[in-house]
Amino acid sequence: MDLAAFAEEVGAKDPVVPVGGRTQWTVGGPAAADGREVRAPSGVVEFTPAEMTARVGAGTTVTELDAALAEAGQTVALPAWPDATVGGVLSVGHSGLRRLGWGPVRNTLLEARYVSAEGTVVKAGGPVVKNVTGYDLCRLLVGSLGTVGILAEVVVRTRPLPAVSRWFAGPGADPFATRHALHAPSSLLWDGTTVWVLLEGHGADVDQEHARMGAVFTEVDGPPPIPTGGRESRRPSELRDLDGVFVAEIGVGTVHRHEAVPPREVTASIAELQRRVKAVFDPTGRLNPGRQVP
Amino acid sequence: MKANSLVADLAEALSPDRVKTGELELGLYGRDASVLEGRPGVVCFPLTTVEVQSCVQIAGAHGRAVVPRGSGTGLAGGAVPLAELEPVVIVTTKMNQILEVDAEERVAWVEPGVLNLDLSRAVAALGLHFAPDPSSQQSCSIGGNVATNSGGPHCLLYGVTTAHVLAVEVVLADGSVAILGGLDADPAGYDLRGAFVGSEGTMGIATRIAVRLTPVPPAVRTLLADFTSVEDAAATVSGIIAAGIVPAALEMMDAEITRAVEAYVHAGFPEDAAAVLLIEVDGLPDGVEAAATSVTEVALANGARTVRVAADAAERALLWKGRKSAFGAIARIAPNYYLHDAVVPRTRLVEVLRQVYAIAARYELRMMNVFHAGDGNLHPLIVFDRREPGVMDRVLAAGAEIIEACVAAGGVLSGEHGIGLEKRDFMHLVFSPDDLDAQARLRAAFDPAGVCNPQKILPAGSRCGDVQQLPEGAWI
Repeated sequence: MDLAAFAEEVGAKDPVVPVGGRTQWTVGGPAAADGREVRAPSGVVEFTPAEMTARVGAGTTVTELDAALAEAGQTVALPAWPDATVGGVLSVGHSGLRRLGWGPVRNTLLEARYVSAEGTVVKAGGPVVKNVTGYDLCRLLVGSLGTVGILAEVVVRTRPLPAVSRWFAGPGADPFATRHALHAPSSLLWDGTTVWVLLEGHGADVDQEHARMGAVFTEVDGPPPIPTGGRESRRPSELRDLDGVFVAEIGVGTVHRHEAVPPREVTASIAELQRRVKAVFDPTGRLNPGRQVP
Repeated sequence: MKANSLVADLAEALSPDRVKTGELELGLYGRDASVLEGRPGVVCFPLTTVEVQSCVQIAGAHGRAVVPRGSGTGLAGGAVPLAELEPVVIVTTKMNQILEVDAEERVAWVEPGVLNLDLSRAVAALGLHFAPDPSSQQSCSIGGNVATNSGGPHCLLYGVTTAHVLAVEVVLADGSVAILGGLDADPAGYDLRGAFVGSEGTMGIATRIAVRLTPVPPAVRTLLADFTSVEDAAATVSGIIAAGIVPAALEMMDAEITRAVEAYVHAGFPEDAAAVLLIEVDGLPDGVEAAATSVTEVALANGARTVRVAADAAERALLWKGRKSAFGAIARIAPNYYLHDAVVPRTRLVEVLRQVYAIAARYELRMMNVFHAGDGNLHPLIVFDRREPGVMDRVLAAGAEIIEACVAAGGVLSGEHGIGLEKRDFMHLVFSPDDLDAQARLRAAFDPAGVCNPQKILPAGSRCGDVQQLPEGAWI
């Protein structure tokens, strides 16, 4: 399916519900029952390793993209949840566990071709790694749950695969002291008892950084199980006194919980701007109705 | 009568000495660092968010547009006030306090007039810095960086300004205040912060900015490789990226600019080189050593004559002084320059550079190139003497052809300077009417009446039913 066919499928009338891999399906609340489900084209359109960019259909799974990139020693800073699509993770906007080191997913999107509420294909951004040509619609699209436009094809920034990736766990370690002992860990997790650290890069540097963390840290297979019921957004300095069962991303501020997280209040001025943004892009409210960007 | 009451209202809200209508100020604030020229109706210097609100509200009450302005180092005319509109220019240079530095959280709240380099200097003792480092960093303001989403050499690894801005307090077109973004991991709702950064003053005025501070890397290696052809240097750039190395910075200087810089700063740049690459790798020590070794191998394999590694911090500073003094150096060659900014896919650098040189030759213009090769961000620099009859026409015609060549190679209009007025009417080269309409909608969501920096970025007619007209010969 090409972009024009996808645009035709989205059309210009009636509610539509974009579907990726349904891995974050509950984010933003239930989809409209009367919405027509649409799925973006999939497949890696272009990957030039010396550009460190890849153009893919938004329906491509992150796993498939990662496999194509890995052949050239590259990867992408998008969470590779099983079945998750590139368009899906960008539309939800949740970063993976490497956000501390690799940055948020919003920094990954360079160009988007999306289908507008009017059913036309619109381009935002551009295919190169640095670009200030016009307004940054790409950043608006990331995390917008397909409510201002439905991603059809994207160009993402890739990055070199690290030579070495090793997880360490330190029972009883202080997560904040651990952060300050390290230059640039890729991930730093804490459940109130144990600290998990992902160190990546040159092997000798990883060894040195491991030594700097102290003997309490030993190598483990990977991160702990991450609760998926709710996702709190806090300031990184607001992670010291967390209650209950959680896994917190130190230095980032994301707190993963088993329980759903209550909706957040925004100021009246922000609510009004949000309302206006939605109104100009989707005046009839047909793009993923019912979903609220959390 | 109306103009008088506007000025009187502003003077009452601020203070008379911070509201200027003198010939000197109207001339000075009619320009930025581009070749474009306009004229303000009045120039204001607010000290606080409340004063910025007053400026916007009073301008609105008198039916005037506002034009935000930082240090005026912009190269695309974004801060140039269109004379016909007699706009209220709001200068943020007196709002220059670093309000709060949180070393634990690595965040600083700053006022928009804080100079880029001043922030890095202020937090250096904490082992931190503000990563975006435009070449104008000694004089450009962080508010201006936010407005243009500024880059700089080290943005190759660290990302441009938007990756370093967490929240922005903004005075909107109606004079109200909103805080876009936040210090928490994922602020609620749409990424309004991301939409605002790079909007060149057309969606409001930033009055306080929360920026991310980045740890100073524990190890740094700076290398200077010199080549007998631009092609070999460009092949080295592609080779480094293809080898899986993302240097902190990867800068190219061609023969003319290298000679000019060497004559100016005596950094030991080879004066007979066709091109030099300034390459910096940083991070943890072993990775840095390995990357420096790989970079050296790639450069030598692609025909580098020599690869010099800076032995110490002093030599490193000298090499960077050479790169960052390029614009001072060319001032000794000709009184005027026109600095372009476009991005092409990195693998097409060589062919685009060839075309750029050919265009300059055809228009009999002197051209130099000093640019961020690592991310394909070209900066063709035309040096000239404005007093020479007809030269400006040739400079502008060559510039248009350069832009067209970059776009034809799959590139974009600007990597870090912005669109402003300079490239507004080239937007159709990269965006369809539907694409431009979408951008106009975003702008309208923030500023429905179009009072913030009108007629910048988007060409007239971008929005369906848009009746905005550009006055004939309004600029240049």
